[in-house]
Amino acid sequence: MAERRDGGKRKNEGAADGGATENRTTATKADVPARIAVRKTYKLYLGGAFPRSESGRSHPVTSADGAHLANASLASRKDARDAVVAARKAFGGWSGRTAYNRGQILYRIAEVLEGRHAQFADQLVAALGVSRAEADRYVSAAVDRWVHYAGWTDKFAQVIGGSNPVSGPYYNHSTPEPTGVVVVFAPQGAPLLGLTSVLAPVIATGNTAVVVSSESAPLASIDLAEVLATSDVPGGVVNVLTGKAGEIGPHLASHADVDALDLTGAGESAVDFERAAAATLTRVLRPGPEADGGEDAWLDTDPGTSRLTPFLETKTVWHPVGM
Amino acid sequence: MPHTATVPEAITDHALRAYLHGLPGVDEVGARARAQDLATRSIKTTAKAAAIDLAISMVDLTTLEGADTPGKVRSLCVKAALPDPADRTVPKVGAVCVYPDMVAVAVEALRGTGIGVASVATAFPAGRAPMEVKLADTRRAVADGAAEIDMVIDRGAFLAGRYLKVYEEIAAVKEACGDAHLKVILETGELVTYDNVRRASHLAMRAGADFIKTSTGKVSPAATLPVTLIMLEAVRDHHAATGRRIGVKPAGGIRTTKDAIRNLVLVNETAGPEWLTPDLFRIGASSLLNDLLMQRTRLSTGTYPGPDHYTQD
Repeated sequence: MAERRDGGKRKNEGAADGGATENRTTATKADVPARIAVRKTYKLYLGGAFPRSESGRSHPVTSADGAHLANASLASRKDARDAVVAARKAFGGWSGRTAYNRGQILYRIAEVLEGRHAQFADQLVAALGVSRAEADRYVSAAVDRWVHYAGWTDKFAQVIGGSNPVSGPYYNHSTPEPTGVVVVFAPQGAPLLGLTSVLAPVIATGNTAVVVSSESAPLASIDLAEVLATSDVPGGVVNVLTGKAGEIGPHLASHADVDALDLTGAGESAVDFERAAAATLTRVLRPGPEADGGEDAWLDTDPGTSRLTPFLETKTVWHPVGM
Repeated sequence: MPHTATVPEAITDHALRAYLHGLPGVDEVGARARAQDLATRSIKTTAKAAAIDLAISMVDLTTLEGADTPGKVRSLCVKAALPDPADRTVPKVGAVCVYPDMVAVAVEALRGTGIGVASVATAFPAGRAPMEVKLADTRRAVADGAAEIDMVIDRGAFLAGRYLKVYEEIAAVKEACGDAHLKVILETGELVTYDNVRRASHLAMRAGADFIKTSTGKVSPAATLPVTLIMLEAVRDHHAATGRRIGVKPAGGIRTTKDAIRNLVLVNETAGPEWLTPDLFRIGASSLLNDLLMQRTRLSTGTYPGPDHYTQD
């Protein structure tokens, strides 16, 4: 995969890449000038803003049949570092929101995503080479997934926590609290539904996330970031890095300010990352059977709580009776 | 930059004005461009490691809050002597900077470490108090053991053009300091123009300052790179004219290792490498030290440490 160091200066280099053939061919009727294609610069999503990679690098993203789709930023080690700083900064505010408010915001994500249904379906058709009907099904499932976890935000504490019977004059309560900054390696072959399925449960419980999106199909993750940015999700709660998990992953896995890793999309590096994470007592969720299954593997309409619980810490309080 | 201003023979308001207004004006656009240009210097690997250690040794570890307690000052002093308990190769900081009533606590806590106590004085941060109060403030801090005094100039008098009043205050406080070093805070955020920064720098140096310091940290903007650049030019010119080296201390707003290293580049390129010592360059900061320690750990271990691995105070 070709890499380019251009510092973002050559914004329209795609003009020579054959990315806009249909626009140019319409110019044959001499009296009607072709409209100049408005191509999108896919950047990172850090701290609520959309900056280019600090390194200035980008890499071409192609469709399933090899056509050039766009250039996406190729995140560097320092982008990863900045993402963790942004996520840490946002953690206090996000985890401090009421569960009800987080539910409202997650539902808002579903609303905004639904409004962009066609755009995401197009994106999936291009990225995965699936039929339009399949793509529609994935987008609908992704919207439903956000609604599903929006409902869980103010309910998981009752299901997972509780009051414990103890032999003494105490009330004893266990309540789940968010782990902190979670690095999510999004599934490689499932750029929207898979990404949603691993990201939504992380932020539903009050964690903040650094997402390393699918290496071959990163565009949907940045489109999703635009949805998040317009859904009242505070800046920094979700940070999206497009690039190579193998390149930035080691720095994130060993980072002492990262509290947990979801290794779903880490592929062959998963074991190395888990080893690096052990040095700083970072929680790890290993890749499950759905990790390499593409979007179809994530279609189960009831994912339950299995992705909510790994990124929670249990706090138990002993309170004297009668006070 | 050679200038034609003649040093006043008799210190009068008129002579000071003639001298200060005879200094060449600051090219504002040029100063910004120069500072910005130098800020792009890339300092990596071994040079970065050396710069981080140098910056740590230049930090005036500061706590200037209404909520300062003796306990907080003591813990800050422990941190000053041993910034990273996990790594004893980290150098100690330049000084600990506190309010005058905390000087005795800090001196006691730092006994045997070789770290001096700097105290702000003269009705910090506003400087709005009668002269006797300012001098009493200073004498008390020195008597309690402060090795350095950070005074504020009377910005009101300076902006009103009463340079003699500013000059005499600095001279009087210098006398009250005895053996203690005097740092003069110009509070550049309130001086409005870069020309005023240059004038205040020269005025303070003529009046006997050992250091000129940008800001109290209570006013924004604080230590911006162009302001530090202008003050470094002033100490360089002063050295050329008199042979005496005056120190510079930017304070306020320097929070990251990158900011600190940019300042060091500025020192090296403007005043010269002779100034790259804690005797002639200090950085007034509190949160900067943790970032320097994190970057130092990152360089030595290869992994990013988290901010909650370091003490907050």
